[in-house]
Amino acid sequence: MREQVRYIWRVFFPKRQKSSLSLWQQMKKSKASYMLLAPYFILFTIFTIIPVAAAIVLGFTYFNMLNVPEFIGLSNYKALFLNDEIFLLAIKNTIVFAVITGPIGYVLCFILAWFINDFPKPVRVFLTLVFYAPSLSGNMYMIWQYIFSDDQYGLVNSFLMTFLDLGIIDDPIKWFTDEKFVMLALIIVQLWLSLGAGFLAFMAGFKVVDRSIYEAGAIDGIKNRFQELVYLTVPSMKQQMLFGAVMQISSAFAVGNISIQLAGFPSTNYSAHTIMTHIHDYGSVRYDMGYACATATVLLLIMLLINKVIQSVLVEKD
Amino acid sequence: MRTKQLNRSVGGNMLVALMLLVLGAFMALPIVYSTVQAFKPMEEIFIFPPRFTVQNPTTKNFKLIGQLAGGLWVPFSRYLFNSVFVSIVGTAGNVIISSMAAYPLAKHSFPGKKVLFKLVTVSLLFTGGVIELPRYIVMAKLHIINTYWALILPVVASSMGLFLMKQFMEQINNSLLEAARVDGMNELQIFFNIVMPMVKPAWLTQIIFAFQGIWSMTGGNYIYKENLKLFPTALSQIQSGGISRAGVAAAAALVMLVPPIIMFLVTQSSIMETMAHAGIKE
Repeated sequence: MREQVRYIWRVFFPKRQKSSLSLWQQMKKSKASYMLLAPYFILFTIFTIIPVAAAIVLGFTYFNMLNVPEFIGLSNYKALFLNDEIFLLAIKNTIVFAVITGPIGYVLCFILAWFINDFPKPVRVFLTLVFYAPSLSGNMYMIWQYIFSDDQYGLVNSFLMTFLDLGIIDDPIKWFTDEKFVMLALIIVQLWLSLGAGFLAFMAGFKVVDRSIYEAGAIDGIKNRFQELVYLTVPSMKQQMLFGAVMQISSAFAVGNISIQLAGFPSTNYSAHTIMTHIHDYGSVRYDMGYACATATVLLLIMLLINKVIQSVLVEKD
Repeated sequence: MRTKQLNRSVGGNMLVALMLLVLGAFMALPIVYSTVQAFKPMEEIFIFPPRFTVQNPTTKNFKLIGQLAGGLWVPFSRYLFNSVFVSIVGTAGNVIISSMAAYPLAKHSFPGKKVLFKLVTVSLLFTGGVIELPRYIVMAKLHIINTYWALILPVVASSMGLFLMKQFMEQINNSLLEAARVDGMNELQIFFNIVMPMVKPAWLTQIIFAFQGIWSMTGGNYIYKENLKLFPTALSQIQSGGISRAGVAAAAALVMLVPPIIMFLVTQSSIMETMAHAGIKE
């Protein structure tokens, strides 16, 4: 816990580097840097930093979106961890999603990008499109409603019931409403969606890696593609791997929309309830904005912590 | 400009091909199924046992979109124009402004650098839609609700774009930038003439990220004027007819997918085979 507090502290108050110049002199010297940053950070402050800060502050209030927010200290957080069993269930489900889809998705992103990169251009572009299409397709994941439909009209059910008259199952499985199956079905859909930003970033990353290192590597005794991956490709892709990790964390922990759209809200006995659907519940259904903001802040802290761990692993490798 | 494959065994190639085939089928079949559904007449969507393929393909679903669109308050083309306009301006702004900010964060050292980047990471990970309300209040104070600005300005400064560009720019060799400074280039010239050409694969990729995000925006929270609403809003009005419009919904999803795919093909095809040059650190 002290580590986390210190980390969050350092996020906002980093250690200052010692320099012979005064702070003001350094800033004056960096005029060009600030000019380049200005357009971005002006807009970013107005439309992102201020709203995010406001949301974090709202987490310490009771706010029903009608009256003025009322400061209530840590009450929302106390309620979340001490009185809200549904929230604990949401954390559990979120972690299940993240632990399964996060690493698998991340490894798939990298491995597939690496495989595809070997192909000549038209094939490469086509394969990239095939694998990226689910992420590109917006709400086309709704088609899984028909694939995993609860009745025998669903593709999967009909296949399992009629395949070679084996009768693998006798009755249709209620994929999205049966507590036993809903997580499995949603994990499959989430995996389908998991070749996202990281995947394309890796594809682009391979294009900026200097090819000559591979030729040099071959001369130096790199024998197979696995050695090439470990000794040449991974070390030269560190920046992209850090980016991919953050993007994977942000999507693996933010599973929510697919649960609401496919399993309904609330899902049967909250069996597919995640932190994101909890935020949706309080923010958009019950209009308890303070509570929703506190929940979002908890999610942020979880993601920052995981991010910190992963970054240290990736950087240590070097 | 590779002429031969290095270190590639036949067995390995077959394993790769098998994996690509299996995973490719898993990724592609739902998209194909969704596409097929869009061309199915109503009676074929609800037959048992369900068929993956279509017997009598029809364009009725697409025509129905047109008919239903005719009944909307504002001409359908207006929604389309809004979306195309916002997507193009937003994407261009996003890529240029995020990259401009990424360059000093990657390559300069100045007071506040770490804080600024941490702010970007933290807001990248802060999700859940709870910033919509504070953002609405900020926009209301700026009097930009119900204008194109409300759609364009927030997406121009994206955390993800800055992060991606910064990661790629960090790989650029410092000595190259130093040489340019010695030659008398200013930072803006270095950014446009040296940095951006070297990270071309990165910004071509960022174009896709930005475009697909903006294209799928509904803008519902900030736009109440019907003639400023976006294409997805109009389509979702058409889709929301329940199960009886299953075919129409699939058709609409397909229509929505066309522009991002075109953008994808254009940008991915522009990523050159050998972007590698001595300027990138190993």
